[in-house]
Amino acid sequence: MSRLMILLAVTVAVLFAASLAIGPAAAPVGRSLSALFVDDNGPLSMVMREIRLPRALLGLMIGISLGMAGAGMQGYLRNPLADPGLIGVSGSAALGAVIAIHTGLSAAFVLGLPLMALAGALGGVFLVMLLAGPQGGSQTLILAGIAISSLSAALSSLVLNLSPNPFAANEIVFWMMGSLADRSMTHVWLALPLMAAGWALLASLPRGLDALTLGEDAAEALGINLTRLRLKLVIGTAACVGAATAVAGAIGFVGLVVPHILRPYVASRPGPLIWASALGGAAMVLAADIVVRLILPTQDLKLGVLTAIVGAPLFLHLIYKTRRAGV
Amino acid sequence: MRLRVGPSTSASVRISKLISLGAALVFTGAAAFADAAPRRIVSMNLCTDQLAMLLSDPDRIVSLSYLATDPRSSAMHREAQVFARNQGQAEEIYLQEPDLVLAGQYTGVATVNMLKRLGKRVEVFLPAYSLEDVRDGILHMGQVLGHQARAEALVAQFDADLAALREDVQNRPLAALYYANGYTTGDKTLAGQILLAAGFDNAITRAGQSRAGNLPLELLVMLQPDAVVTGAKYPGQSRSEAILDHPVIRTLQKGRETGTVADSDWLCGTPYVLRAIADLVALRHRVEESQ
Repeated sequence: MSRLMILLAVTVAVLFAASLAIGPAAAPVGRSLSALFVDDNGPLSMVMREIRLPRALLGLMIGISLGMAGAGMQGYLRNPLADPGLIGVSGSAALGAVIAIHTGLSAAFVLGLPLMALAGALGGVFLVMLLAGPQGGSQTLILAGIAISSLSAALSSLVLNLSPNPFAANEIVFWMMGSLADRSMTHVWLALPLMAAGWALLASLPRGLDALTLGEDAAEALGINLTRLRLKLVIGTAACVGAATAVAGAIGFVGLVVPHILRPYVASRPGPLIWASALGGAAMVLAADIVVRLILPTQDLKLGVLTAIVGAPLFLHLIYKTRRAGV
Repeated sequence: MRLRVGPSTSASVRISKLISLGAALVFTGAAAFADAAPRRIVSMNLCTDQLAMLLSDPDRIVSLSYLATDPRSSAMHREAQVFARNQGQAEEIYLQEPDLVLAGQYTGVATVNMLKRLGKRVEVFLPAYSLEDVRDGILHMGQVLGHQARAEALVAQFDADLAALREDVQNRPLAALYYANGYTTGDKTLAGQILLAAGFDNAITRAGQSRAGNLPLELLVMLQPDAVVTGAKYPGQSRSEAILDHPVIRTLQKGRETGTVADSDWLCGTPYVLRAIADLVALRHRVEESQ
């Protein structure tokens, strides 16, 4: 278990460094990294500090958020298909963010963007939990997710099409697929407070989620307050996903793939899985963001393209497996 | 022309009369077509809108594209106010009964083809990629509208004004054009030629780019241009334009001269590009003073 965490931490550290070292401005790795720490009064320090550092930091933060949120939801619903992207939480967060930007709220009030994304995500999580019920049967969960995703995607597209700005309508892709291109430290500071709150809430879940594997009655007998557990999960997930989506769009499948891969290594215990998925999510998003820059260095290939290529086949596999298991 | 001689002479006479009448109509029609300029002109493209306004008699313009009155895109948005506007739909344009439809190369292909099938005369204009293309476009429009003399006068004026703006620049400062989504234009574009004519070197050329395309923010920073000329913002918010507020752009512009591209003067190959050149020449003078 601890060996797994060390391995994951090293992977994340390596990927974080690689994310800093890779970019269209081809500079030697050593010089780039030294320009990050020592101001060379030239363009390279500016590139490293203002462009690559925020990108790598956001990749790290968003990966942690999506991994934790996925593992948390799967643990609570006891369903491996619960991914914030698939069940419509990211989509509804994107709707909140789009509304904040296009009503001018985000320009008028600094935290308007993340808070509206949080509100959207809360709405999404709440609806899903309501529709799926405490047990979270696979069919209702997926159907509810499809409905919420489609509706929020449609409403986001509507808002973007109604905008007087000629570029807005083309940004539907960004909100549906997500990207870390051209973000700045402003976005890091914008997302961090809300994300940190989300991490704290989700980090308090492991004991409760472990107890819940024995069933709700047993968990309550062990002194777990299920109502509080549920509330923390809902708010924590919404905060994580809301903040991530507000600055980078909806990046799907991270919360599905990562817990699935890591589950065997934590003996299927949802508690430790949350911690492992935090690091695993960071590794996946950082890796995806490196690959999009390697495939198309000068264009903005969306992150969601890569995560879906990896995630969607796995999703199909999981559906097949749960169907056979008769869940 | 031989006519069938039949028992009923009165009928054949009627036929011959009809035929000669028809022939006469065709000939006079063709003659009118060859002689006179088009009388019902419909333009479907922002750039042909402006060339038509510059060269045609106003009473011959039936409608212009809906962009003609957009102050952000059209250099002649005020002049365009008096004309009717179309949305570029084949149906509405056909019903306006034009005898000449002006379209751009990228005007809806389906619409243009349909109008041609319906027997309308459609003249397609290529976008300008250079100042030479601007001259060609004016002359082409003059020919199509039957106003060659006006077009030649306009080109002569354009040449004279352009010559007056050109200066012999020893050390050409480095400028970058940067628009929403990190879009930029190289030397082989009208905007790039405007930049060159104003005495700047295009920073993008140093990144090995000559056409229009995306330039990652990192590369822009590494080029360290003397001036960053950004696209003017449209109303409302967009993530695409957020890049123009990126701290890096702010830093690049801090302590340096900056300019804004007003699309209206840059988009179309009209004499209004001279206004863009004049603005940039003024910017270059400021850059040279500050160095």
